[in-house]
Parts: sequence; C-alpha cells; structure tokens
Amino acid sequence: MQDLLYFIQQLINGLTIGSTYALIAIGYTMVYGIIGMINFAHGEIYMIGAYTSLIAITGLAALGIAWLPLVLIVALICAMIVSSSMGWAVERVAYRPVRGKHRLIPLISAIGMSIFLQNYVHLAQGSRNIGFPALIEGGFQFGAEDSFQTSVSYIQIMIFATTLVCMTVLSLFISRSRIGRACRAVSQDLGMANLLGIDTNRIISATFVIGAALAAVAGLLLGMYYGSIDPLFGFIAGLKAFTAAVLGGIGSIPGAMLGGLILGVAESMTSGYLSGEYKDVVSFALLILILLFKPTGLLGKPEVEKI
Amino acid sequence: MAAHNLKHALFCAIITLVISYPILGFNLESEGTSIILEGAGATTILGVLLAAVIVFLFQLFRDSVMGSLRQLPAINPLANRKPMEQSKRLRLESTLLTLMIIGALIWPFLASRGAVDLATLVLIYIMLALGLNVVVGLAGLLDLGYVAFYAVGAYTFALLSQYYGVSFWFALPIGALLAALFGLVLGFPVLRLRGDYLAIVTLGFGEIIRILLNNMTSLTGGPNGIGGIPDPTLFGMEFGRRVKEEGNTSFHETFGIAYSGEHKVIFLYLIALVLAVITAVAIRRLMRMPVGRAWEALREDEIAAKSLGLSRTAVKLSAFTIGAFFAGFAGTVFASKQGFISPESFVFLESAIILAIVVLGGMGSQMGVILAAIAVTILPELAREFSEYRMLIFGAAMVLMMVWRPQGLMPMRRIHIELKRQE
Repeated sequence: MQDLLYFIQQLINGLTIGSTYALIAIGYTMVYGIIGMINFAHGEIYMIGAYTSLIAITGLAALGIAWLPLVLIVALICAMIVSSSMGWAVERVAYRPVRGKHRLIPLISAIGMSIFLQNYVHLAQGSRNIGFPALIEGGFQFGAEDSFQTSVSYIQIMIFATTLVCMTVLSLFISRSRIGRACRAVSQDLGMANLLGIDTNRIISATFVIGAALAAVAGLLLGMYYGSIDPLFGFIAGLKAFTAAVLGGIGSIPGAMLGGLILGVAESMTSGYLSGEYKDVVSFALLILILLFKPTGLLGKPEVEKI
Repeated sequence: MAAHNLKHALFCAIITLVISYPILGFNLESEGTSIILEGAGATTILGVLLAAVIVFLFQLFRDSVMGSLRQLPAINPLANRKPMEQSKRLRLESTLLTLMIIGALIWPFLASRGAVDLATLVLIYIMLALGLNVVVGLAGLLDLGYVAFYAVGAYTFALLSQYYGVSFWFALPIGALLAALFGLVLGFPVLRLRGDYLAIVTLGFGEIIRILLNNMTSLTGGPNGIGGIPDPTLFGMEFGRRVKEEGNTSFHETFGIAYSGEHKVIFLYLIALVLAVITAVAIRRLMRMPVGRAWEALREDEIAAKSLGLSRTAVKLSAFTIGAFFAGFAGTVFASKQGFISPESFVFLESAIILAIVVLGGMGSQMGVILAAIAVTILPELAREFSEYRMLIFGAAMVLMMVWRPQGLMPMRRIHIELKRQE
C-alpha cells in the first residue's frame, strides 16, 4: 500500500512537471513544423516570462493589491505580452533574415540569440536566484496519518487545470480559426500556401507569438511550483521541452503534449527511485534512444526527402 | 507607403519598449525573505526610451537607410579588386604562417608571465577550434557537445596521474585516443541523424558527461574537481623548485641557472604551440586528402555524395573522431596548465564559445579560425571593464554574423585549378 502511494506521488509530480514541459514544447514543435528550425532561444523566452510575471506580482504587492485571482491573471497577462513581443522580435531580428539559408545558419543564429537573452536578463536582474513568493499553499493529503501520505497541492491542481485549458484553446484555435487553418496550410507546404494568398511571414510570426505566450504561461506556473528563478533556468527547461517535442514527434502538437507527460513522469520516477541527480541524464538518454530507434517520434509523420 | 511605414515603425517602437522596459526598468531585490521591486536609474530608463526612438526612426526611414548602406561597399576599395591569383595567395599564406610561428616562438621570452599564460590559453582554444572546424566547418556536422571530448582529454590525464602517477607525455596520446574513442562510440549510432537532431543529441551527450563527472564523486571528486595535476617534464627534468618524483632532476639545477617560475609557463606555452602547429598541419594535410574532400562533398550535398559511392557513415565518423581526437589533445594541455580541473570548466557555454570561434572565423577556413580564436580570447582580457558584457556581445555577434556574413570573416577558399584563357 505504501509503495503504491509512493508510486502515485511520483506519478503526480511527474505529470505536473510534464504538463509544463508540454506547454513549452508546443513552441518548439509549431516552429519546427512550419519552418523546420530549432528555436534555441525558446527556453529563454520562457525564462523571461517567469521573470516578468514575478515582476508583475511584486509590483502588485507593492501597490497593495492582494486578491489572488486578480494578481495571477494580471501576472499571466503581463508575462504573455512581454514574452510574445520577445518571440516576435527574436523571429524578426535573428531568424527571418537567415530563413532559407543552409540549415546550420539559423541554428547558430538561434544559439547566439539564446546566449544574448540569457545575459540580457542576467545583466538586468543579477545572476543569483530569486525566490518566487508562495501564492498558493496547501493541498490534499491521501493515506493513513502515520505512514507515507500522497499529497496533491493546490498549485499542482492549478498547473493541470491551466495546461488543460491552454491545450484545449490551442487545439480549437488551430482547428477552427482562420489563422489556425493558415498555420496548418503553411506547415504542409509553405510555397503553395504563399501562392494561395496566405501571408506566410505573418503566419510564421504568429507561430512564434503563440509559442512564446504558452511558454510564458509555463514560466509563471513553474516559477510558482519551484519557488525560485534565475537567468539560467530557461536553458535546461528548454532542452527538456525540446526533448519532449522530439519524443512525441516534432511538428505534431498532440505529440508535444504526450512527449511532455512521458518525459515528466520518467524524470520524477528517476528522482523517486534512483537519484535526483541523474534525472537529466535519463531525459537526455531517452532523447538519444528515441532518435535512434524512432527518429520521427511517437506521433510524428515520416519525412520523405525529395530531390 | 509612408502611412504603412509609420504604422510599422510605431509598432516596432512599442515592441522595443515592451521587451526592454519591464526587464530593465524594474529590479527585483531580495530583502530578507521577501522581494521588493526597485525602479532602475534614470540612465537606464533614458537608454530604453532612446532605443525605442532609434528603432522608430530606423523603421520609418528603413528603405532610404538600407539603400545608402548598400552603396557603401563601393567606397571600400577592397571590395571590387580582383581575387588574388591562387599560387600567389598560397605563397602569401604560407609566408604569413611561417612568420607567425617564428614570432610566436620568440615572443614568450620578451613578454610578461601573465601574457604568456594567456597565450597558452589562446593556443588551447586554437587547437579546439581547429578540431571543431573539421566537424562543423568541413563535414558540416553541427556538434554542440564538443566540450565533452575536451573534458575526456582533461579528465583522462587528471585521473591517470592521480591514480597511476602517469606523466604528461604518456597521458597526452592516451587522452587524445580516448577522446577519439568516445567520438567513435557516440558517433556510430547518432551520425545517421539529420543536421539539427545531431546538434541536440551531441548537446545532450555533452550534458550527460558533465553531469556524470559532477556526480561520480568517489572517482572524479565531483564538483570539487581534481587538483595537483603534475606539470609536463622535459626529458625527466622538472620545472618546480624541488623535484617531486624519484629519478627526475630539476631544470634549473641541470642547466645551472637560477630558479624562476617563468620557465614552467614558457615551457607549457611552447608545448601548446608545438601541439597547435601539429594540429594545424595535420588538419591541413587531411583537408587535401581524399577523406578531406569527402567531408566537403558530404557537407555540400549528401545525396550526391552518396550516389558517387561515398560511405556516409564512414566519412562522417572519420570527421567526428578526428575532431574529438584534437579536443582530447587540448584537454590534456588544459589540465596540465591549470593543475586543477572541475566540471565547471566543461559547460555548454564552452562549446558555444568554440563554435562561435569557428563561425566568426569562417567555417572551414583555418586562417580565419586561428585569428578568431586569438580575437575571442584576447579581446575580453583587453576590455576588462566591459567583461560583464562579454557574453552579451558574444551572443549578439553570433546573430549579426549569421545575418550579415554567414561565411565568416575569412571565408574558406577551396584549392582549385585555374584555367588560363587561350590567347
């Protein structure tokens, strides 16, 4: 019984982390699906989202506003606006001019952008990690008083709920709206979509903006969950999210969700049963294995190379 | 058109404000357990506003600004000159290289100790960059975990000397070969992957190596690293004040000169120089061998290369292994120079710096890569007051380079046959 409760605890922790990975992974997968490049700076956009939301929360506290739903919504909106603008600007400055050149060129440009943004925040806000105030405390406990208790905190529930809402809205947006339809068209065939009168530049910008907005949501959620942020924490989270995107099949939005959840669970099982230090090793090893045995990912479509 | 420009310019200016003001304008300060928000100084705010205005004006007059910029190369007298004749260029290049090497040989005896130490570091970076140049520049395989092989070289020497008392000269080939073996073992499965997947897998591999070094505390000392790595010896002569190992003599006693700490620094510099020259010459030779041509062929067009009978795996693997080999070389020298290594020295940023050197110099171009390695290592030392902006400028330079001059400062020129026009 105790073992089962412990297992369930790890599963819940894993799903929590995994759902935020999924949110970040959407940004990678959508960009890759459309222009076929790895947006290396995406992790930094997520980090900027976390910083902005913390700035907003602290600012509101200084103004004396303490009504929790209002604080969270304002912080979320601020983070989404700043991150989306950042996503838009990054695409405009670093990716659009190099689009269509040799594969390595946009990738190197993206790495440069990632280093730039990391140091931008580092210079502006310092390198030490900053505590994120615990806005939501407490949770539910399961199990007998005197033995191991499985706990589900309110923040975990909020993370699940927010992720679910975001994913639903995104799916509806992609499948129903005009821009969503254009997005799908562009990802199938950019040149053809352009011929049919779709402003592809605008759609690509929109992809970056949507991805960045979701990353900002993840930034706020994970900031609250971990309780502290620093300018470097976007890098590893970005890598993990990218792993999740590849795991699920890059270019596929449901794949990103699935990949995120699998990766989150694998990680928390490793920390729960082996050692927390090796969880990064496990996720990278998982990435390497997936790429070796199923390079298209779990839900990805095989890519046919045309000459 | 003007109205559209105005709208766009306004939009860009607003975006500039949105992405810079919240991050730069407010500083989060920890105060005990709580955090408070502090407004930034007036100069920062002014800077942000100025940036927005500049963006606004640039976007407003974008067409005319870009138009006049395009005419600039005409002013540059070098832009339109005829390319130098190949034989002349080659002669010039080899004369320059010889002069550089002679200069580098004499120079340490004139310079200060700190400068020689820095120069050793420059040479280590040159070795690394030349090695990575084979992988990225020639074979076109983006390796973001190159630093892992550097770490393998460094840790091989550190561990061998700690547990078995192996000297530098024995560890040097072992370290390089072990790094090459790691390259081979990693390369074998992953080289089937397409370009950007390969980048991520190598990055993951680099991180795995670092995490393992950090956590295998009983073997590697974990985050505390390994210290007391011995200096290299010259035919059994040690450079310390006192001889540490049985059977060795000390350098200053053998030659009957006064002991000086500088001897060791200069000796290490010379070793690094010799190794760097060996690296450069070896790779230069490899480039002209069939295997070197095959690297470039594969980079240019994989399918065409394959249909001409090149084995994709073998060619890629050879590039990857040779690159790793030289990283192992550099790692051994690095461990010996520092005398202490820890996983801190082998983070992803290091890989990114080496990659940036290759990219700035011009992928594939040896001369360019060497000059870029010198510039990237020395410039931050010269501009110490800007040292905190170093990485910021670095990232920006990488982006700008890709946008404006993706071929690098000194693009690679392939050796080719020039046909003379019949009179």
